[in-house]
Amino acid sequence: MQDDPVIRVVSKILIPTIMLFGLYVQFHGDFGPGGGFQAGVIFASAFLLNAIVFGMNKGRHVWSPAFVLQCIALGVLIYGGTGVAGMVLSGNFLDYNVLLTDPVAGQHMGILLIEFGVGLTVASVMVGLFFAFASRPAHNRLLAQDDVRQEKAQKTKPNATAKTKGASK
Amino acid sequence: MNISILLDQWNYVIVIVLMMIGFYTVIARGNLIKKMVGLNIFQTSVFMLYISMGKIKEGTAPIFTNDPATIYSNPLPHVLILTAIVVGVATTAVGYALIIRIRESFGTIEEDEITLALNEEAMAENLAEQKR
Amino acid sequence: MNFFVVDSLLMALLTIIAIMAVRQQRLLGVIILSGSYSLIAATWFVVLDAVDVAFTEAAVGAGVSTVLALATLSQVPDQEKKRPIEPLPLLVAVGAGLLLLLAVVDMPSFEDPTAPVHTHVAPHYITLSGSEIGVPNIVTSVLSSYRGFDTFGEVVVVFTAAISVLIVLAGWTRKRKSKDRA
Repeated sequence: MQDDPVIRVVSKILIPTIMLFGLYVQFHGDFGPGGGFQAGVIFASAFLLNAIVFGMNKGRHVWSPAFVLQCIALGVLIYGGTGVAGMVLSGNFLDYNVLLTDPVAGQHMGILLIEFGVGLTVASVMVGLFFAFASRPAHNRLLAQDDVRQEKAQKTKPNATAKTKGASK
Repeated sequence: MNISILLDQWNYVIVIVLMMIGFYTVIARGNLIKKMVGLNIFQTSVFMLYISMGKIKEGTAPIFTNDPATIYSNPLPHVLILTAIVVGVATTAVGYALIIRIRESFGTIEEDEITLALNEEAMAENLAEQKR
Repeated sequence: MNFFVVDSLLMALLTIIAIMAVRQQRLLGVIILSGSYSLIAATWFVVLDAVDVAFTEAAVGAGVSTVLALATLSQVPDQEKKRPIEPLPLLVAVGAGLLLLLAVVDMPSFEDPTAPVHTHVAPHYITLSGSEIGVPNIVTSVLSSYRGFDTFGEVVVVFTAAISVLIVLAGWTRKRKSKDRA
């Protein structure tokens, strides 16, 4: 798809814009609709667009699968860590009032931290899922496996018609 | 059943119709991807039922404006449904991954052909055990 | 009156899309119809004042869900096997629908401000959220602060689902080689 000039140029303009919009939604979740989940999905779609247009190898080079795995766990850790920080500072689990001296400011800090953790986890989960789905062997190889399976079935049971109904395209 | 009550609650009636369309797709169609799409339709119509319950007449979105006389719609169903949407997409992803693996193992994603293949494997195993 | 017209038009569109998705046999068409169903449902959520939910449904339902379904479709055959309309599942679905309609008769009136769901905890959140948390978006304050523990559970569910998919579809970290193109 990277040979088509229109798609290449437009996606090169769009990918940074999508990332910027994702960050905007993340940090403006307090003032309008938005928040961690929506922002994570939008941020991930920039990486998905990159992988679709420029190929999986280039897509993997931008965000390597090992780092995706680490980010998935890091987001959950940040969320849990904020809760434990509340306990360490002599409050309850996930109590934001004790994080800073002013309770309302502490609430703001707590919400910022956990929304960041949620956004990180959701973005890396969407990218990781797409990499896992799109890295399966090519469809033609699956069709070749189907033909081998059908021949094997016809050799073992020459008079059965059941297996020949298998996925034939 | 009073027909005028049902016409008053027409929102809920159409949501139930959508739910049953999705439900029929899940139980009556054999293709696994069709079942997942039917489950998706069912899930979204359940979300619509909850959001319908949260709407207040002449209300607005639950974001603070500077006007003290605004009526806000109930934010509690919104929070529930946000969680439900994300959990729904997580289970959908697991379902599609299993469909890919089923396709690679059995060569088909039609439910009756998979059942046939499983029965034949079970019969072949019984035969092998009897010979021993 | 305005609200009624827009609401009923969107609902009619949703019903048409759902029926077409059931009857369509080409799987690519079914997946595109499911993506458009999510998008029209997101528009409907905005009409019903649920802007956060609309945002999430549009991003997740019309975006990621469709992408994952299309990625699955690249591995499976595109045609569904022809099947007649089955009478017993149709009867079960219609019977369940009628039972639910019986329950709808007992529900409080649509858009009623005195319904029980609006009287217990929700007014507390709306009145106290400004002074205790100071965040304009009430849904964010309820989601992150008042019900923060449920959101923690949700993040862990997303994490677990990702780990399950990566276990089922093992081999995703392997680099794509040229011999994969058969």
